[in-house]
Amino acid sequence: MTLAHPRPYRQPRDTHPPLDFAGYKSTGLRAPTQRPILVPQRLTEVTGPLLVGEIGPNDHDLTRQHEGEPLGQRITVSGRVLDSDGRPVPDTLVEVWQANAAGRYAHARDTWPAPLDPNFSGGGRVVTNSKGEYSFTTIKPGAYPWGNHHNAWRPAHIHFSLFGRAFTQRLVTQMYFPEDPLFAFDPIYRSAPEGARERMISAFDMDATQPEWALAYRWDIVLRGREQTPFEEPHE
Amino acid sequence: MSEQLPLTPSQTVGPYLRLGLDWPKGAEVVPPGTPGEVVISGILYDGAGVPVTDGLIETWQADPDGRFAHPDDPRGAVEPTVPGFLGFGRSCTDETGRWSIRTVLPGALPALDDDAEEAPHLDVSVFARGLLDRVVTRIYFAGQPGNDTDPLLAAVPAERRATLVAEKVGEAEYRFDVHLQGDRETVFLQV
Ligand SMILES: [Fe+2]
Repeated sequence: MTLAHPRPYRQPRDTHPPLDFAGYKSTGLRAPTQRPILVPQRLTEVTGPLLVGEIGPNDHDLTRQHEGEPLGQRITVSGRVLDSDGRPVPDTLVEVWQANAAGRYAHARDTWPAPLDPNFSGGGRVVTNSKGEYSFTTIKPGAYPWGNHHNAWRPAHIHFSLFGRAFTQRLVTQMYFPEDPLFAFDPIYRSAPEGARERMISAFDMDATQPEWALAYRWDIVLRGREQTPFEEPHE
Repeated sequence: MSEQLPLTPSQTVGPYLRLGLDWPKGAEVVPPGTPGEVVISGILYDGAGVPVTDGLIETWQADPDGRFAHPDDPRGAVEPTVPGFLGFGRSCTDETGRWSIRTVLPGALPALDDDAEEAPHLDVSVFARGLLDRVVTRIYFAGQPGNDTDPLLAAVPAERRATLVAEKVGEAEYRFDVHLQGDRETVFLQV
């Protein structure tokens, strides 16, 4: 029996940052200089890890991973993981990491003079439900300075890692908060094309706030969907 | 073409990726002591030849029978014959830029349409500060007869093909360095 090429995942268009984005200095020695070779998606590319590993009882609540509660504004972040055809991606692992309320990461290489919070590690993981929905509780991260250029500050953000259902769908990105005045000055945010970068900004969600407890943000993530037709020989 | 939702853009993992992505057993694609296990390791280098100490390598592969425990394997999802085989590996680079996984060699994959069979390989994602999107490559294995007819290797210029082939450096050890730039820049793939 001859197997046919699988139906490929759609190529992203006008979405991802160019690797050689000069405004972000670290790209200089790290962005490959040769164009990637476009290859058909075969079985290794249309499959992928469906594992989620062990999820600890407080992995979804970054405010409950220590004796006491971290300082900062308590928030929930919720949304759906979808593919570009609008189909929910169920049972997929979502990993997050972030700075504390003062903008400091609990990481040995983050040494700027903002306080560490002994009650905040800043890592979390959740699995989407059958409708592709995820939700976690945390504190709103602070902005932080970095060495990219004089007086450079990153807008507040939460790092997100997603698997989807196939190797081709893998995505690592950052979620931002509405109306951050630092957007205008941040080369990482601005590396994504205009018209696409706005998709990384969460929405304040009054309906999801919890009285006397937490503010709420909503952010949907869209991964590559699949072509409707079988593979055709790629052409540049 | 039906109406498409616009995709979420990629962003760099940044320098603090370990806070979210470091798995204690991430490098164990198979449990220690698995018959036929091999270690694949290497250094991730930047364009100045300096090891990248805040990177992440992820691997995805078929089992030794060339099958995937995944519903989109057209032959059907099967449980791997190797107990505890995950197919997926993850290794943060250490202070010397070194990454490493423990696995078993995948089997060859069946021919698709008019292609030839695919030689044993791993798909690889590379993440790091300074990479605004992951870059993708493949690991093949030196000495596998199928390498000469593999359809993906055939699409790579002959003089750069060696960057995709792990060198056998021990009884059960392979070495695969990744060069993000330079004379030996690794071949990266758009999938
Ligand atoms: Fe960050």
